[in-house]
Amino acid sequence: MSVKVSMKVNGKPVSAEIEERTLLVTFIRENLRLTGTHVGCDTAQCGACTIHMNGKAIKSCSIVAMQAEGADILTIEAVAHPDGTLHPMQAAFKENHGLQCGFCTPGMVMNALDFAKSHPSPTEHEVRESLEGNLCRCTGYHNIVKSIMAGARAMAGTK
Amino acid sequence: MTPSLIGARIARKEDYRFLTGSGQYTDDVALPHQTYASFVRSPHAHANIRRISIDKAKRAPGVVAVYTGGDLAAAKVGGLPCGWLITDVNGQPMKEPPYPSLALDKVRHVGERVAVVIAETASQARDAAELVEVDYQPLAAVASGAKARGGPALHEIAPDNTCYVWAIGDKNAVDAAFAKAAHVTKLEFVNNRLIPNAIEPRAVNAVYSRADDSTTLYVASQNPHVERLLMTAFVLGLPETKVRVVAPDVGGGFGSKIYLYAEDVVCTWAARQLARAVKWTSDRSEAFVSDAHGRDHVTVAELALDKDGKFLAMRVRTTANLGAYLSTFASCIPTILYATLLAGQYTTPHIYCEVTAVFTNTTPVDAYRGAGRPEATYVVERLVETAAREIKMDPAELRRKNFIRQFPYQTPVALLYDTGNYEATLSAAMKMADVAGFKERREQSLRRGKLRGLGYACYIEACGIAPSNVAGSLGARAGLFEAGEIRVHPTGTVTVFTGSHAHGQGHETTFAQVVADRLGLGMEQVDIVHGDTSKVLFGMGTYGSRSIAVGGTAIVKALDKIVAKGRKIAAHLLEASEADIEYDRGVFKVGGTDKQKTFGEVAFAAYVPHNYPLDKLEPGLNENAFYDPTNFTFPAGSYVCEVEVDRETGASQIVAFTAVDDFGKVINPMIVEGQVHGGLAQGIGQALTEGCAYDETGQLLTGSFADYCIPRANDLPLFKVDTRETPCTHNPLGVKGCGEAGAIGAPAAVMNALTDALGVKDLSMPATAQKVWQAMIRA
Repeated sequence: MSVKVSMKVNGKPVSAEIEERTLLVTFIRENLRLTGTHVGCDTAQCGACTIHMNGKAIKSCSIVAMQAEGADILTIEAVAHPDGTLHPMQAAFKENHGLQCGFCTPGMVMNALDFAKSHPSPTEHEVRESLEGNLCRCTGYHNIVKSIMAGARAMAGTK
Repeated sequence: MTPSLIGARIARKEDYRFLTGSGQYTDDVALPHQTYASFVRSPHAHANIRRISIDKAKRAPGVVAVYTGGDLAAAKVGGLPCGWLITDVNGQPMKEPPYPSLALDKVRHVGERVAVVIAETASQARDAAELVEVDYQPLAAVASGAKARGGPALHEIAPDNTCYVWAIGDKNAVDAAFAKAAHVTKLEFVNNRLIPNAIEPRAVNAVYSRADDSTTLYVASQNPHVERLLMTAFVLGLPETKVRVVAPDVGGGFGSKIYLYAEDVVCTWAARQLARAVKWTSDRSEAFVSDAHGRDHVTVAELALDKDGKFLAMRVRTTANLGAYLSTFASCIPTILYATLLAGQYTTPHIYCEVTAVFTNTTPVDAYRGAGRPEATYVVERLVETAAREIKMDPAELRRKNFIRQFPYQTPVALLYDTGNYEATLSAAMKMADVAGFKERREQSLRRGKLRGLGYACYIEACGIAPSNVAGSLGARAGLFEAGEIRVHPTGTVTVFTGSHAHGQGHETTFAQVVADRLGLGMEQVDIVHGDTSKVLFGMGTYGSRSIAVGGTAIVKALDKIVAKGRKIAAHLLEASEADIEYDRGVFKVGGTDKQKTFGEVAFAAYVPHNYPLDKLEPGLNENAFYDPTNFTFPAGSYVCEVEVDRETGASQIVAFTAVDDFGKVINPMIVEGQVHGGLAQGIGQALTEGCAYDETGQLLTGSFADYCIPRANDLPLFKVDTRETPCTHNPLGVKGCGEAGAIGAPAAVMNALTDALGVKDLSMPATAQKVWQAMIRA
């Protein structure tokens, strides 16, 4: 069975006829061709698919696209300034070598952006807790933790 | 003069695309007329296939084709080859059973491919794969390496499930040394099977063009040229000229993406049958049963010491579980890359190691970060630490007493260490870790109800496996060189083509630092290209921490040729003799004068050769080089781990981890530290959280991230890392490689710390809270 879905993605209204069972992440990657959102597992463990739905970080592999009907979706592609300048959180990841292969990175950044809203100056422990749902196999998290601590402070400073 | 870029912490050139979602991984590649493949996999560990019925699947909506092993056999598609021939103790070649890409009459592990369905959409392919009916006759299975030899036979050519029995060292000399030893330390342990789990699952997208009979294969690979060589020469019988392999952005490898996999072969072959693009992207559940696993050794190890604590000899017997088939480099991991490292950092004069490699009904095992060297380090460093406790000597002191201090050093297990300074890394690590204050910290922990332990690991590794002719005499079926090309453009910018492949290591930055520094250019003037057989002249790819030592040196060799030609051009422009031209980082100068030409001026003259010695010199500035090292490099280091164990629950926490490594010359310390952090995380994962488990029937019990626990942020501490530089003596950069060190040294350091905390002799990995709690109860 196919169904029509409509939502706002990165500020633009989108709609498509899709199979009912289409996951939100599949809709984003395959229908919209926004391939910055990744799929690293099939059990909602890795967090590579993290996006923002109505301002909150969610794993886009764990809902079907229909559940996002009418929602406001933000993906990694629209985080940087339109002129290409990195967002302070993205810049902090670059500055602190918070990424290696880059595959988990979009999910890390999307999760960190949401976390930083409520934690303008997080402790190491708070950042590690916030990464409960995001797996990285490259960095040992060391520099991701440093990136998020620095990014959160930078975001608070630029508000 | 600008400061040198060698040793500079330069932020990575590749980060921007990854941070903005514009990386291009294999699954992001969408081709016109794309189809999708779904594999039907065996649910049995061992079974005869009586019949495969594909009619229903063929009639399902959107299905384009369904193929089975019979189709591949009829098309004479070859089996997957093994790249290293091991010769056994009797001089006989190892047993090499056929490894078909789709099973023929028998399946030998859960997850083995039985059929493939290709459809217009991914979900149609999946739905139709459910309709393939396979009539299996289940057989008794064996999953444990230790039980393999008496278990049901997997392959006709190996009735006792033994691939080979191999040995190295002088057994008689070792036995004699043990006979006169004042003390013998003996340990039996399992080096737990690991599942690599790069966060990007494997993926392949193959497309065939009838217009020019060419095939292009996008694949998440660490070595696209090797993939092409194996695919064309050994499996599909196609000319290399007609096959292009592209490994675009690759989301981590850790060894698991070195190999030629059956899915790559099937998609490539199917694309040629259908003249359509065929894509397969592994889901995580498939990755757990189909990506090559790592480790899985059962070992009995003994160390003989004299009355003063000098090591006299080491005797090691290992059974290595290779899984159901020989993966691409499986055979050399528990032999050439394992037993040769058993000298560690010590002067042990006699070492004997015997390895029995067996087949079992499990996923094939191959190189995983460290590949043999973590297993060797675990043997050596657990033995040394345990011996120190038994003879009541400080473990650091016992190590110091036995350190190799004269270089070059010939070990009794074939390797020639060129250089090292083990005292330097150990004393630095002890200082950074404040070993002197440990006693006090232990007492504080005790007052809080926690047991605290400290453990060392002083590892050595052999990187950049080489030279090719020696490796060939030991059974390698491939070269071990690397290729590089420097293409200078008319305005003086440079494109560098390297056969190394980056999938997280940051070559686009590190290699650019090497080139920009030598040519006096800005980082933005140098671009690194890798991962495409149509662009890069050749390559052996990235594995065994070889990229900077072998791939980087190939680039330096090409740079030498660029500078040599530039010198001739500059001599002409400056009306001087070539012998008088001095070159330093982008400036050609007539010695003793202020006459000079910049690299950019020389490059321009090469491409606009108006004032140019055309009678003696070709225009253009483009050079390539192949580099085959004369020896391995030998990174080494000292790790100190401190753990705290909760006496109520057995939960352990790493409270401090210090790593001081000697990687030779460091090009970009920020990137090197990142490599160490990542390696440590995987090594700590092996010690504490990761353990691949099969039940007795060969069913995988740890088939998801919920059951197989790769470390999460909360499982790890902030690491204290530093380096000491003893430059490698046989490559021009003085580099050794840093990719695997953390995973090699960490498991022994953690387990030495845990056994110290608990006061037990041994504890098996992964040391979960349950195991630690049980050990406390027993202690």
